[in-house]
Amino acid sequence: MAARRIELMVCTGTGCVAGGAFRISEVLEEEIKKQGLENEVSVVITGCNGFCGQGPLLVVLPDGIFYGFITPEDIPFLVQEHLLKGRPVKRLMFSPPEKKEPIPLISEIPFFKKQLLVVLRNKGIIDPEKIDDYIARDGFAALEKVLSSMTPEDVITEITRSGLRGRGGAGFPTGTKWKLCRSEEKEPKYIICNTDEGDPGAYMDRSVFESDPLSPIEGMIIGAYAIGASHGYIYARTEYPLAISRMKLAISKAKEYGLLGNNILGTDFSFDLEIRQGSGAFVCGEETSLIYSIEGEYPDPRQRPPFPAQSGIWGCPTVINNVETWSNVPVIINRGADWYSKTGTETSKGTKIFSLVGKVNNTGLIEVPMGISLKEIVYDIGGGIPDNKKFKAVQTGGPSGGCIPDSMIDLPIDFESLTQAGSMMGSGGMIVMDEETCMVDVAKFFIQFTNDESCGKCSTCRDGSEAMLDILTKITDGEGTEDDLIFLEEIGNAVKDASMCGLGTTLPNPVLSTLQYFRDEYEAHIKEKRCPALVCKNLIKYYIIPDKCIGCKKCLKECPEEAIKGDLKYVHIIDQSKCNKCGTCLDVCPKKVSAVVKVTGKEMEDILGIEDPYPVIRKKRRKDEN
Amino acid sequence: MAPLTLDDLRKKREEARKEIYLREGKYKSKITVHMGTCGIAAGAREIVSAFLGEIEALSAKDVMLTTSGCAGLCSMEPMATVELLNSPSVKYVKLTPEKVKEIFKVHILGGKIVTDYAIGIGSEKAG
Repeated sequence: MAARRIELMVCTGTGCVAGGAFRISEVLEEEIKKQGLENEVSVVITGCNGFCGQGPLLVVLPDGIFYGFITPEDIPFLVQEHLLKGRPVKRLMFSPPEKKEPIPLISEIPFFKKQLLVVLRNKGIIDPEKIDDYIARDGFAALEKVLSSMTPEDVITEITRSGLRGRGGAGFPTGTKWKLCRSEEKEPKYIICNTDEGDPGAYMDRSVFESDPLSPIEGMIIGAYAIGASHGYIYARTEYPLAISRMKLAISKAKEYGLLGNNILGTDFSFDLEIRQGSGAFVCGEETSLIYSIEGEYPDPRQRPPFPAQSGIWGCPTVINNVETWSNVPVIINRGADWYSKTGTETSKGTKIFSLVGKVNNTGLIEVPMGISLKEIVYDIGGGIPDNKKFKAVQTGGPSGGCIPDSMIDLPIDFESLTQAGSMMGSGGMIVMDEETCMVDVAKFFIQFTNDESCGKCSTCRDGSEAMLDILTKITDGEGTEDDLIFLEEIGNAVKDASMCGLGTTLPNPVLSTLQYFRDEYEAHIKEKRCPALVCKNLIKYYIIPDKCIGCKKCLKECPEEAIKGDLKYVHIIDQSKCNKCGTCLDVCPKKVSAVVKVTGKEMEDILGIEDPYPVIRKKRRKDEN
Repeated sequence: MAPLTLDDLRKKREEARKEIYLREGKYKSKITVHMGTCGIAAGAREIVSAFLGEIEALSAKDVMLTTSGCAGLCSMEPMATVELLNSPSVKYVKLTPEKVKEIFKVHILGGKIVTDYAIGIGSEKAG
C-alpha cells in the first residue's frame, strides 16, 4: 500500500454494526473519492473500540480524534472539514454530560484514560480481518519465541510465574491446569477455547474475537505446544455471527501462513484448530457440559474429578480455558512473567475486561488492572449515573453473581474481594443500578434466567430455583410474608451447598447478596406492601396530581388501554381498573408539568382511597373563581 | 502462499509494520499543510501530494503529515509548518513540489532549516 497521511479507524464491533457502521464506512469511502482524497486517506475497519455507548464511532489517526454518533449525513462535512482542511469537527466529538466543551482526543477522554490494555492491546488499531495487521503488532512473536527457544516446561513455568488465573470466572491458576494436563500420559491431548458467553449484558469474549481473533488463537497454539496437544476446538455461540466469521477467516489465514496445521513455522510441532458452534444453552459454558456438547452428547454437567485436564473430550486430557485467558498468553510470553505480574494485586495478576452496562453514562467494554476500585470504574471510567440519580449497586459476574451495594464502592476488584462480598468475578459482566432499580425485582429477574437455564440434573438447582422464583414472585406481587425471607435464605444456601456444577452453586448469589445488603427493600415489600424503587407493578399505581394537570390530552391520547378520562383543559384521571401500568402517561407528560407520579405503599392507599371509584371529569378551577 | 518459516515470519513482520506505522503514533517530525480556502486555491493539495510522495519514496516512517486551516498569511500560500521533535516550528511559504523535495531532504531528514523558503521560526503567541 502507498503511504497515507490519515487512517480512519471505523469500529465494526456488533454494537456499531447494528448502528450502521458498515454503511458509514461505505459512505466514507465514497466521499473520500468524491473529494479526491483516496490517495491520502484510507478507511480501516476495526473490532470493538469499547465505547459502545457512542456508536457508530470512528477514530482519526494519527491525530487521535474521536468521533461518536456518526450518521451518513455527517460524512461529507466531516471529510471536507477534517480530512481536507484539517479542522476537526467539534459537534461530532465526545462531550461529557456535565461539560459543554467537547474532548477531541481519544487519549484525553476519561473513559479511555484509566484503562490498561493487555488483552485488548490491538483493539481499534488493527483490521481484525487482516492477519498482517496482527503480525505487525508483534503477532506470533510469542509463538516464534516459544518454538525457537523454549521447551514446553519453560512455557508452563512462565505462565505459572505470571500468576495468570482463569478468566472464565472461577479463577483457577492457568499454569497449574496446564501442568496437570501435561503430566497425564494418555494421548492425544486437546485444547478448548470456551467462547460460550451467555450472561445477560456481557460481551467480552465476543469483542475479543471481533477485534483481535488471532490473539486467542496464538494463545491456544502456545498452550497446545506446552501441554502436547495436537488438536483444538473453539466452542462459540451460534448467535455470534460476526465473531464466528472473523474467527473462521483468522483460522484459514493462519493455516495459509503455516501457523496452524502440520509443521508449524517449519518446526516439528503440529496443531490444528476447528470451530464448534453451540446453540446457546447457558449450562454449556460449564466445562464438562461444553465438552459433552462438542462430542455431540446431551450437555449435562458431570461430577468432577476427574477434571477435564485428566479426562476431557473423548476421555482424553483436555485444557479448557476462556477466550480472555488465551489472549493473555502471547503477552506473557512476549513481555515475560515479571512484567505481567507487576500489574494487579497479590493474588490476582494482570487486567480484566468488563462489559460496563446498565445505569451508567459511558457504557462499553473496558479493560482495567486488577485491584482497581468499583468507584473508579463507575465514576471515572463510567462517568457516573445518568441524570444525577443515586448509585445503588453493581451486579458483577452475570446472573449468578451478586449485587455489591453503594456502601462497598471502594471495594477493589479482584477474585477474592468479590467472592468475599458475596459476588464473583464471573466472566466480567458489570451491570450498574441506580435508585430506580428494585433489588427484589433484580433478584427475581436473574433467578428467572437461571431457573430457565438449569439443566435439571440436580434437584436442588432445578426445584430450588423454582421455589425461590415462586417466593420472589409472591413478594413482588405484594403477597409475601416474613417467613418467606427465612425460607428464601434456607433454600438459597441449600442450592449453593448441594448442587453439582457452577450454575447451581452460584445461582442463589443474586438472592443471597440482595438479602444481605438490601433486606430493608424485601421488608418494605412484605410489611408495607411498598416497592421503594417504584418498580413492582402490583405495588404501584400511576396517579395524576389534579393541581398540576393542565389538561393537555397528551397522556389521554397515548394511553394504550384508554384508561385516562378527561378533556382539553379539564383535569385527567386514570381509571385504575383499566390501567396496565405501562408508564406511557409518565413518559409523555411534559417535563415542566410533571403531573403524573408513581405511588406505592401507604401513600398509594392515602391518595387513591379518597378517589371516587368512578372517574369523573372535573373542571379545572379557573383563576377568576378565586 | 507457501507456509512461512520462522525467518519468513520475521521478514513478514518487518514488511507489515510499514503498513500500520500511522496507527502507532511515534513521530519525530510533523508537517502541517495549511488548507484554508486561500491555500487550496494556491495549490496546497498538490503540496500535500508532494510531501506524501516524498514520505513514500524515502520510506520515512516517523513523519506525520497533517492539514490545518489558514495560517493568516494568505498572500504567501501555499504554506506548511514543519516541526521537528524538541525544536521550534518553521513556517515555509510559497511552496512548490520542487521546494517540498528540498525541504523534505534538508530539513525533515537532515535537520537543517531551509532558510531561503522559510518566513519565520516559531508561532504566534496564543492569546
